[in-house]
Amino acid sequence: MVREISYAEALNEALREEMEQDDRVIVFGEDVGVFGGVYKVTKGLLEKFGPERVRDTPISEAAIVGAAIGAALAGLRPVAEIMYMDFITIAMDQLVTHAAKIRFMSGGQVCLPMVIRTQYSLGRVHGCQHSQFLASWFLNVPGLKVVLPGTPKDAKGLLKSAIRGNDPVLFVESGVLYSWKGPVPEDEYLITIGQADIKRKGSDLTIVAFSRTVREALAAADRLSAEGIDAEVVDLMTLNPLDVKTLVGSVKKTNRLLVADDSTKTGGISAEIISRIVEEAFDYLDAPPVRVNSPDLPVPFAQPLENQYLVNADKICEAARRMVH
Amino acid sequence: MSVEAIDEIPAEKYQTLGLTREDFLWLLRKMCEMRKFEERVERLFFEGQLIGPCHLYLGQEAVAAGVIKALDDEDFIISTYRGHGHAIARGVPFEALMAELFGRKTGTCKGLGGSMHSAMSLEHNILLASAIVGGGIPIAVGVGLALQYRKSSRIVAVFFGDGAVNTGAFHEALNLAAVWKLPVLFVCENNFYAFSVPHKKSFAGESIAARASSYGIKAYLVDGNDVIAVYTSGKDAVAHIRSGCGPAFIECRTYRKKGHGVYDKAEYRPQNEVQEWMKKDPIERFANNLMQLGIITKEEFETLNMEIEKALDVCVEKAKAAPCLDFSELWKLVYAEEEAHYG
Ligand SMILES: Cc1ncc(C[n+]2csc(CCOP(=O)(O)OP(=O)(O)O)c2C)c(N)n1
Repeated sequence: MVREISYAEALNEALREEMEQDDRVIVFGEDVGVFGGVYKVTKGLLEKFGPERVRDTPISEAAIVGAAIGAALAGLRPVAEIMYMDFITIAMDQLVTHAAKIRFMSGGQVCLPMVIRTQYSLGRVHGCQHSQFLASWFLNVPGLKVVLPGTPKDAKGLLKSAIRGNDPVLFVESGVLYSWKGPVPEDEYLITIGQADIKRKGSDLTIVAFSRTVREALAAADRLSAEGIDAEVVDLMTLNPLDVKTLVGSVKKTNRLLVADDSTKTGGISAEIISRIVEEAFDYLDAPPVRVNSPDLPVPFAQPLENQYLVNADKICEAARRMVH
Repeated sequence: MSVEAIDEIPAEKYQTLGLTREDFLWLLRKMCEMRKFEERVERLFFEGQLIGPCHLYLGQEAVAAGVIKALDDEDFIISTYRGHGHAIARGVPFEALMAELFGRKTGTCKGLGGSMHSAMSLEHNILLASAIVGGGIPIAVGVGLALQYRKSSRIVAVFFGDGAVNTGAFHEALNLAAVWKLPVLFVCENNFYAFSVPHKKSFAGESIAARASSYGIKAYLVDGNDVIAVYTSGKDAVAHIRSGCGPAFIECRTYRKKGHGVYDKAEYRPQNEVQEWMKKDPIERFANNLMQLGIITKEEFETLNMEIEKALDVCVEKAKAAPCLDFSELWKLVYAEEEAHYG
């Protein structure tokens, strides 16, 4: 059975189901308990699982991530929330220099089954300290998995896998997607972390997207198809490690690459993806790869400005047309 | 909350502590092991046989021995880059520790950690040795959270220096542990220097213990060069924690005999200050007290140290002969799930 539920509800179901079937799973973060999470992803969990398993924390990002590491080291499977991705900066040491390194530096003695959930509010008129999309930073951090679901179905399946996995996962949600409804199976399912998903098959060009840009890429592909351009949409879903194989396979088939990336252009995720393709499939390219990014600017607050700032279907279509014609 | 001060405990009082002769000898042996191990490590560095960052525990032996004696073997420990002493007190074999310093696959961390992470040994319930100042403190809070959740009677002890108490992580961690009443023992090894910076130049309060107590945490200010004083406060603190009353904090005032790291000559320290502290050597003091009480003779003490030297000779040779991991094996150690590497 498949029904339509929102991205936030799908995440909530994932948490609920995993907490039901494994008492090692605990949830903590700012306002996740009584309030149910600012975006309601943890709604009802406190009532169902009690204050031992669902905890409101002080405003202490370093302590939240640190406590998740410690709890994982001691045998739990914590899912901690950092309210906005921007606040990851305060917990960077714990995430990058501890969580991502402990397994390796211990010679493999331990594993860290922990999830840090966070969201980026780009597209929600939150201003530049509440909209940053910082995922590209973590491409440079082996040891951390970075997962970014782009649909309600993926959100649920990937979060469940993240919780069951044995590695630290930075699970980045998209704030604008929380209310997006989509088909989600009722029966239990998991989605493998580390594999990209071909969301739409096509033969003229490959559009690589993730998280928020998946929706834009799919909308663009629909429009392009009306114009006779058949785009394939590859949703990366996991950024670290990167599923280079699927990417290369797609480009070898379509011979054109466009990346729709919410990162700012310089040093963004698209830079990495294009490099990989140039390294591994250069001979297959019929046109220079193109990227549609956020500009190298802090995110402006004013909505008309933010709208211009955002990667959207229009910009993707325009870039695609230039590539194909 | 007030701070409880525990000064030097005179030999006459040893009999009232409920410790057996074996307990006293364990404490002495452990401290001697730390001393001899570190002296050997220092020599290996000067000879150029060891390289890399390394921070010796010389002079602080009473802290690791006293605190770890007050814990059960099942209790967890979070250590630091100055962690050889913690590992030795916990019984991590010289061989594995030394091999780690040499970067060998027989080391505690298969040679991937080096000295700064060498204390990490799951087998000995040492969950982490962090090289980031203050970094282990919030992690210990998470371990405490897991223990409380599991209704475990185990606790977690976290070691850190006086420099660490000025990091944000320290404050966040203490507050969280206090609010959630977690079973965490915070152990500050106040050796009065953070690298070259004296305590007084980075800390304006009266004591670090007072800072902890302001978070609502039971705090002790202890002569950290007296192993029995450290042990006594540790026992008290552990009992407090196990009774479910929340965390406790021990500030152990001690001094490192040498520089911050192996190559630091510590010329920034005034000579008269160094002299004063050297008179309070934790091992000499304790050994003298034990001799005074007839628990050990001078000859036995010397034999003990010789035995340790011999064991070290063997472990250095073994470490040198051991191989390093093959580079191709590294890929398997980044993620618990191996398929996570796509290359
Ligand atoms: C966050 C961080 N900043 C700086 C350093 C470099 N560093 C390593 S040890 C140290 C001094 C720490 O002193 P203290 O906490 O008193 O511990 P001690 O070395 O005396 O045991 C410094 C500055 C570091 N490792 N981590």
